[in-house]
Amino acid sequence: MRRLLDWLEHRTGLETAVKNFLYEDIPASSGWHQIIGSMAVFFFLIQGVTGALLAFNYAPTPGDAYNSVRYIMTELTGGRLIRGLHHWGASMMIVVVVLHMLQVFLFGAYKKPREATWMMGVVLLLITLGFGLTGYLLPWDNRAYWGTVVTTRIAAGAPLLGPYLVRLLGGEGIGVVTFARFFALHVVLLPPLTLILIGIHIYLVRKHGVAPAADDTAPKQKFYPAQVFKDTVGCAIAFLILFLMAAFVDLPLEKLADPTDTSYIPRPEWYFLFLFQTLKAFKGPLEVVGSTVLPGIAVLFLFCVPFIDRGPMVRLGKRVFAISFAALALLGWGGLTTAAILTTPKNPVGGRSPSFNPAQLSDWQLLSPAELAGLTYFRSENCIACHPGPGKKGVGPDLTQMPANHRNPAWMVPHFKAPAEVVPGSAMPPVRLKDSELNALSLFVLRLTPENEMDLLSAPVYAVKGATLYQDSHCSACHQLRGNGMKIGPALDGVGDRHDRAWLEQHFKDPKSVSKDSKMPAYRFDAEQMDAICNYLLQMP
Amino acid sequence: MKETEQTGAPTRRSFYLGFIYGLWGAITAAVAIPAGVYLFFPPNARKGAEWIDASDLGSIPQDVPTEVSFQRKRVDGWKVTSEKATAWIVRRPEDKVVAFAPQCTHLGCAYHWEAQDHAFVCPCHNSEFSADGVVLGGPAPRPLDRYQVKVEDGRIKIGSLEPHA
Repeated sequence: MRRLLDWLEHRTGLETAVKNFLYEDIPASSGWHQIIGSMAVFFFLIQGVTGALLAFNYAPTPGDAYNSVRYIMTELTGGRLIRGLHHWGASMMIVVVVLHMLQVFLFGAYKKPREATWMMGVVLLLITLGFGLTGYLLPWDNRAYWGTVVTTRIAAGAPLLGPYLVRLLGGEGIGVVTFARFFALHVVLLPPLTLILIGIHIYLVRKHGVAPAADDTAPKQKFYPAQVFKDTVGCAIAFLILFLMAAFVDLPLEKLADPTDTSYIPRPEWYFLFLFQTLKAFKGPLEVVGSTVLPGIAVLFLFCVPFIDRGPMVRLGKRVFAISFAALALLGWGGLTTAAILTTPKNPVGGRSPSFNPAQLSDWQLLSPAELAGLTYFRSENCIACHPGPGKKGVGPDLTQMPANHRNPAWMVPHFKAPAEVVPGSAMPPVRLKDSELNALSLFVLRLTPENEMDLLSAPVYAVKGATLYQDSHCSACHQLRGNGMKIGPALDGVGDRHDRAWLEQHFKDPKSVSKDSKMPAYRFDAEQMDAICNYLLQMP
Repeated sequence: MKETEQTGAPTRRSFYLGFIYGLWGAITAAVAIPAGVYLFFPPNARKGAEWIDASDLGSIPQDVPTEVSFQRKRVDGWKVTSEKATAWIVRRPEDKVVAFAPQCTHLGCAYHWEAQDHAFVCPCHNSEFSADGVVLGGPAPRPLDRYQVKVEDGRIKIGSLEPHA
């Protein structure tokens, strides 16, 4: 072993390099308050390892991303834990980086000659936030999609640079291009950039030495092992917290991103909530102040801290202004974040969605499940290609203006099956679906009017899917909804007023466990189906 | 010793070292073990194998290996796709049916039936197999892999691959 090490030392100088690194002189005043920088590097490594592990089973396109994340979480042993480590690790990383900055700020460790070290640290903070922002989109669930819609709109509002930023992020709408850009930033560009900058940051720390306390005249000590021990304990405690969170705290993965879901309330990740709240204070043309001017000034201020405060190093106790400033900033941040949490309504995790307003229903909410299920086939058969809807001229006739004698399924279903036989000369291709599906399609078409056509055709995907599942599972054999179905079980109109999401889900899985005398059989929906049918039912008046 | 002056008594130093190595060992294990499980354990199986209707028994001549193709569902990670698959079916006397997977057991090339040699021949490295799938020559390490197969109402149904011995 010794010979191998000697050989390695002779050829590479590795042992000397490691020794130089470990036996660096640090001030006698170094201690527990200086462990946070090491913790930040540690969390960066954790994010790198868990991120690479996730990437082994992740498909970076909007078509597959969601399913692959679901696959990681539900079908791969340990997948949930790995994603948990990465997800909560991101939050921990932000906390640690901010604490590190706060410590350096409070101790005045940015003072001459350490200005560049501080500024490099500010860049690293911004990059850490960039990781959070770009990673947020990657699961491609509703949370990711809508959160990023807001982010890109904010970027678009930036003075001068707005349009260029939008183009850089892949254009106005969030689709495959934006997704690819976010993925490339998160996985290809930012990690090596961060590594290089961390390298420079650590080089600068070493070059100028760890900042000593103002009155520290004691002989220097070595970094290893006393300080390494403290760093290790810090990392281990933080890792334990992260591991417990990954193992036991619910991991968010909402339903698949649905750009038509108008009931969704976008929410950024918790560390951006203060910005989100600041934005609310600025309306109209002043919005740009909250979205870019103020954050811009804050970042500029952070950069300039070493040049604003140029006095000599003093003891922490004497830095009254710095301490009050940091306390105020923390208080402001905490206040804004709390206000954001308190004032934004909850998304439909239980019961009604906050946007549910019985006095202002969408037209699709007035349809029976059978009618709404017809929209599935209307979409899958691409009927809209020839019947394009309000105000547009298509190959086929306007479906809202059919003659009265065509307005019943008995005429429509045979027409779907063999159009030219029912309407001689019709160029419409036969619709090859099961009779029950053709019937649903006709029921849907029959509900179209010039007034509701636009709204019905843009009904959210989850609702249409839920209604179709409702039909396919023959729920109407026992339940009534919007006047259709049997009365063996309770009517489901307004079920969201009586039960929340968790109750519904449990009731599908094991009806007797929440409703003792229920005669309903258990339904084995997969997670996506469960989402669709619960969200659909919760939206019905 | 110099280090004793700088970092305290040797006992304190060994206490530090024990903690440093112990904690980093634990952290590494806490990441590496789940990572190993995540990478090496197979995904939770989704559904049991299903039987696919492959061909009409009557259309397969006796003792002449016949290639049939069929559509089967393939669970590929997070995707379930329908793909074309083939099998070499050999119908034995008394309607006993064997279905071979269409790849050579050497390196996975597609083999074919040579009627005059009365053998399956692989074009890559000339492995040869009998109509029973037994290796006759070449580098193939084991007999041809077989699908589970059953005959119902005169139709040949193909199941999943039998594990090879």
